[in-house]
Amino acid sequence: MPEKIVIIGAGQAGAQAVQTLRAEGFRGAITLAGEEAYPPYQRPPLSKAYLLGSFERPRLFLKPDAFYREADCDLLLGVRAVAIRRAERIVELNDGRLLEYDKLLLTTGTRVRKIACPGADLPGVHYLRDIADVDRLQEVFAAGARIAIVGGGYIGLEVAAVAAKRGLHVTVFEAMDRLMARSVSPQLSDFYAAEHQKAGVVLKLRTGVEAFEGNGKVEQVRAGGAAYPADIVLVGIGVVANDELARDAGLGCDDGIVVDRNAMTGDPAIWAAGDCTRHVGREGTALRLECVQNAIDQAKHAALAMVGRPRTYSEVPWFWSDQYDLKLQIAGLARPTDTIVQRGDPASRKFAVFHLRGGVVAAVEAVNAAPEYLVGKKLIADGVKIAPERLADLSVPMKQMAA
Amino acid sequence: MAAKYKVTYIEASGKAHTVEVPEGWSLMEGAVKNLVPGIDADCGGACACATCQVYVDPAWQAALPPKSDMEETMLDFAPEQRPESRLSCQLRMTGALDGIVLRLPKSQH
Repeated sequence: MPEKIVIIGAGQAGAQAVQTLRAEGFRGAITLAGEEAYPPYQRPPLSKAYLLGSFERPRLFLKPDAFYREADCDLLLGVRAVAIRRAERIVELNDGRLLEYDKLLLTTGTRVRKIACPGADLPGVHYLRDIADVDRLQEVFAAGARIAIVGGGYIGLEVAAVAAKRGLHVTVFEAMDRLMARSVSPQLSDFYAAEHQKAGVVLKLRTGVEAFEGNGKVEQVRAGGAAYPADIVLVGIGVVANDELARDAGLGCDDGIVVDRNAMTGDPAIWAAGDCTRHVGREGTALRLECVQNAIDQAKHAALAMVGRPRTYSEVPWFWSDQYDLKLQIAGLARPTDTIVQRGDPASRKFAVFHLRGGVVAAVEAVNAAPEYLVGKKLIADGVKIAPERLADLSVPMKQMAA
Repeated sequence: MAAKYKVTYIEASGKAHTVEVPEGWSLMEGAVKNLVPGIDADCGGACACATCQVYVDPAWQAALPPKSDMEETMLDFAPEQRPESRLSCQLRMTGALDGIVLRLPKSQH
């Protein structure tokens, strides 16, 4: 009997696993099952070009339909896995179908964290995670409309940038004292706050949202004791790992499906990859990453392990965000205790912030600064020590930085 | 329906793929959506990963728009970079590029 691999979750990681399994010569059966109506697609453009309307839906899809045909991959869409019967090696789907597997890969991703406040269920309160979310948002995304964005993270700010460009009146509510507090350094937060304000976005920092109010639909946001009129609310307050399927099957979970450096769970027949995993990062600490890089690289590593050629996963994480004409590129994971080195002047809208740990480059945040990002990523991977003065010296080109 | 134009991608092995790419799409998308191997495009066309490098046939160089600073610097760090290198995610399909020939590097990483 040829081996059967089942993949639950048809996103970036699931599609990557199919590709790598076939590229590595796996000849058995592959089934890829996903909850959405669409084959695997790119999520990053949803809050950027797709929302702006400059990127049509067919372009979102990661692979053409022919890819799944040629890979002989059985693509099941619009179905949800409801249970894993590990003893029998069977996945149960919500439509009653049973999928037998020899090896199982979980790429279940995340879902949006819902806000728990009065009025949270009012029509006009939106979230942004999938194509359907953006299509709904598009219908009301008209110049002159007032949009209240809850959460000053990547999603909230990318939507704010698009909305400002499309002529909406934008207010961003952020409970913390700075933007993107969870993912970037204060220098970046301040820079982006100024850029959004320049574009006409009203920022309400240290302002938690108390309620959404309105008659039959949202009409105002109550926050920080004041009321703000709003036609649209977009909530972007993070995501939650889809780990219940694994947890119910008795697999180790801790805000994410716990996997080792080969993406394997505690069950040697089950792997997991992408946003849904808690894994040991290259610095030795357990973490959960929400990014394309981890979806691609961890899925590749899972596929390699599944075909018997495991390779330790220790890639440098990278991220990007597009807001206005600013391309933010980040490599590595910064810590608040890192030594900060700024290279270039933020006023030039082209600069980078390096994070040194024990003198070694640990992370870089680059704004419109591709050399800093690309060389920085390499320095991080190689664990290179560089004097802060040298790193900050613009007369030393990035290409010569390691020399 | 957008107009479609022809693009020929030639793998490092010499294998050629001639496909049709809709106007406005990037030449990276033209390859990925037609299963042309050799273009990774990990970031999906955001000019964030430099894994979609192509070598543009000299005859077509003049028809291309100039590189942005971002593309120029990303390319600087791509493996096997050559004077005729471009990032295919930054090249938009237009009628002026109908029939363009792109060669692919051995590896994007």
